[in-house]
Amino acid sequence: MADPELVRFTLDNGLRVVLAPDATAPVVGVSVHYDVGFRSEPEGRTGFAHLFEHLMFQGSESLEKLAHFRYVQSSGGSFNGSTHPDYTDYFEVLPAAALERALFLEADRMRAPKLTQENLANQIDVVKEEIRLNVLNRPYGGFPWILLPPVLYSTFPNAHNGYGGFEDLEQATLDDCAAFFDTYYSPANAVLTVAGDFTVEEARELIEKHFGDVPHRPAPRRPSFAEPAPEGEVRGEHVDPHAPLPAVGVGYRMPDPINDLDGYLANLVLAGVLTDGDGSRLQQRLVHREPLVVDIGAGAGLFGPFEARDPDTFTITAIHPHEVSTDQVLAALDEELEKLAATPPEDQELKKVTARWAASLHSEHDKLVSRTLALGSFELLYGDASLVYRLAEKMSAVTAEAVSAAAKALRPDSRAVLVVRPGSSEQEGTEQ
Amino acid sequence: MSAPHRTAEEIGRTAAGPRPVPSLGTQRAAADLSHVDTTLSNGLRVLAVRKATVPLVELRVWIPFAGEDKLHPATAEVLAETLLTGTARRDRIEIDADLALIGGDLASGVDPERLVITGTSLADGLPTMLDVLADALTGASYADAEVERERERLIERIAVSRTQPRTIAREALQKHRYGDHPVVREVPQAEDVAVVTPEQVRALHRASVLPRGSVLVIVGDIDPETVIGDLEKAFGGWASDRSAVRLPALPELAGGNVLLVPRAGAVQSQIRLSAQTVARTDPRYPAVQLANLVYGGYFSSRLVENIREDKGYTYSAHSGFEFTDKTAVVNVDADTATDATAAALMETRYELARLGLVPPTAEEVESVRQYAIGSLVTAASSQGGLAAQLSALAATGLGVEWLAGHPERLAAVTAEDVANAALEFFAPKRFTGVVVGDADVLAPKLTALGDVTVGEPA
Repeated sequence: MADPELVRFTLDNGLRVVLAPDATAPVVGVSVHYDVGFRSEPEGRTGFAHLFEHLMFQGSESLEKLAHFRYVQSSGGSFNGSTHPDYTDYFEVLPAAALERALFLEADRMRAPKLTQENLANQIDVVKEEIRLNVLNRPYGGFPWILLPPVLYSTFPNAHNGYGGFEDLEQATLDDCAAFFDTYYSPANAVLTVAGDFTVEEARELIEKHFGDVPHRPAPRRPSFAEPAPEGEVRGEHVDPHAPLPAVGVGYRMPDPINDLDGYLANLVLAGVLTDGDGSRLQQRLVHREPLVVDIGAGAGLFGPFEARDPDTFTITAIHPHEVSTDQVLAALDEELEKLAATPPEDQELKKVTARWAASLHSEHDKLVSRTLALGSFELLYGDASLVYRLAEKMSAVTAEAVSAAAKALRPDSRAVLVVRPGSSEQEGTEQ
Repeated sequence: MSAPHRTAEEIGRTAAGPRPVPSLGTQRAAADLSHVDTTLSNGLRVLAVRKATVPLVELRVWIPFAGEDKLHPATAEVLAETLLTGTARRDRIEIDADLALIGGDLASGVDPERLVITGTSLADGLPTMLDVLADALTGASYADAEVERERERLIERIAVSRTQPRTIAREALQKHRYGDHPVVREVPQAEDVAVVTPEQVRALHRASVLPRGSVLVIVGDIDPETVIGDLEKAFGGWASDRSAVRLPALPELAGGNVLLVPRAGAVQSQIRLSAQTVARTDPRYPAVQLANLVYGGYFSSRLVENIREDKGYTYSAHSGFEFTDKTAVVNVDADTATDATAAALMETRYELARLGLVPPTAEEVESVRQYAIGSLVTAASSQGGLAAQLSALAATGLGVEWLAGHPERLAAVTAEDVANAALEFFAPKRFTGVVVGDADVLAPKLTALGDVTVGEPA
């Protein structure tokens, strides 16, 4: 991909800015990434980072409740936000004529969000409905992103449920909100990204006008979430009242995404060699040849790659028939990993994976919302938005030996195995 | 969280006070799309559009694929799962390898109305993608082993699917509103899938995977003029005098009681309402589209502001069009906690009535108008988004011209048009529907609310 124009600068209050002009369509994307995710929420307040994300939509000094949504949508745009392990993002995609309005909306809530008891109570209800919808009332809800971390990790930041327990959500107070905002939502702890149809001069001026007087507060010290890898294979079990078939999730520790990017990318290529397409090793063997599983997938991150610092998780998940045991699936998996560890994959095998990665990166780039968010998250996590444009090339440079080494590092004696058993339980763990 | 910090009230105030929201700048129109809309000699309509934002191509093939036979849904589902698993020239793994090397993917899916094939690849790999696709369309072999394995997987997946509340609610709604029309048979029965033979799948392919009456949309880094010749060459061997099989006309939906379908122990209920409305070609469509947005079609709608943002009954409430062949219905969906379900249904009906009786204000109409126009521009700004839009339009005989002309039609809608559309098409009595949930708790309240029957769909 030819490197498109990218402009980066920092305002006096510490807000980092990424501008990616592109006039191919008359639309703009605006995002703000705050450097806080659910790994930073305190014990006793599981789910707080996500709950707080909801509150940031509930009004600010210049905007009544509901006004944010109305201004974005009546400009022809759409919006959303999402909470990740290490950051929280807010974004809008709109017709280019609404650029200044979008910047105003983001600046107003960065400067002075209206945090009220009434909105807090309302959004606790909404978040509980979200959790019922996405976790409690469906098969494989929270699998593996909520269920696997407590097996693989032993410290609270890495192990706890980022959606939160109902009892913790219900205890959230307005003072918690104020403390969270003042600690984490400083301009010096955020990245603003603007992509699409605008000129750099125009955007600079508007950004200075609307964000320039957001007062500086120091960015918080970023804690290390490091913890040792498990010694041995740790097993956990979860009874899912809605699941018709058993499932297994295997979690491994993987190279530091930031400080060992090459090692991390080798793991992404390995995931492709294992499960991307009918010709991949685990699909061929476990889905078609033997066949032991209904579906199998492998990948980095709880929701996808490039959204967490160290430690990050390599996961393999499979849904399988009752008559197949967890150990049969694990034995076949270990055998395939051993083969790769002993003999590096063929060049052709790597080319298949990296060509599909190249196409999918192009496709992400083509969607303005994904492009805006990728630039923002890479600036936040890597301090370098332009890395987005070099990923395809870096993936292609991963060697067969590196993939082989990555396979070797996924050791059966240092991993988490989560078994999901169909069946009715008296009460699900997450809902009290 | 005990570090020194301001109070919530201090955070929400600055010395300068509230500021005025900036007005909108001037909007540039999207560039015209260079395109060709033509029919190949085998009867396949092709819509080719140049959009060279990234070096990729997006492909959508829409084949009408209805069938009355009892085994049709199961056979069609097995066909969709095995269409791309082998030909005389390539086995399953070779198909995957050829596609992977061009950064490509081909996938197929089926429902009671159509078979859809979705493709994407790097632009310079297009000849390979077309070759693989044509190979499958003309020579898919449906090898016994592939059919048998996919049949097993399908049965396992159907089991998973039928535990999803959304699938359960959808099946209940389909049966309640369309009875035994073929359109209701979306997820096949496991016992039907179990008896489908490879020969039945091959026979269905010969009878129904047909170019005449089907549409291919191709969007991306292509030259629309020359790609037509490439397609003509690639698909020359895919031919038949017969036309692809359209779904029999759907009966007009009549309003009626909401059916409460029991799902014991559910922590959340699915509310699904539905009413007949007008399709895209109807002159009233733009007004009905705007009325729907005001009702529940976007976040700033009356329904979402009421039952989510004011009352916290739901995370997801939405109303939207569902197009089938040349007809359309409006569906209203909300998932709510068991305790809140009856009140949520009451508010959902209340907002339907209010839409007609207290019609959208000028401000509400302007808001949805801008939203509708802006969403068209945003969706069309990516190759995948544009291909999806055009494929949906092309399936009902429309094309690029409809897309290009729609902002103007939306701009011409008056507040009175919207008020009339609201009163006519959103009257609560026009709606039928289902609620799926814990009937032991729900039945007393819902029957007290009225126009609710308890039972399984007929």
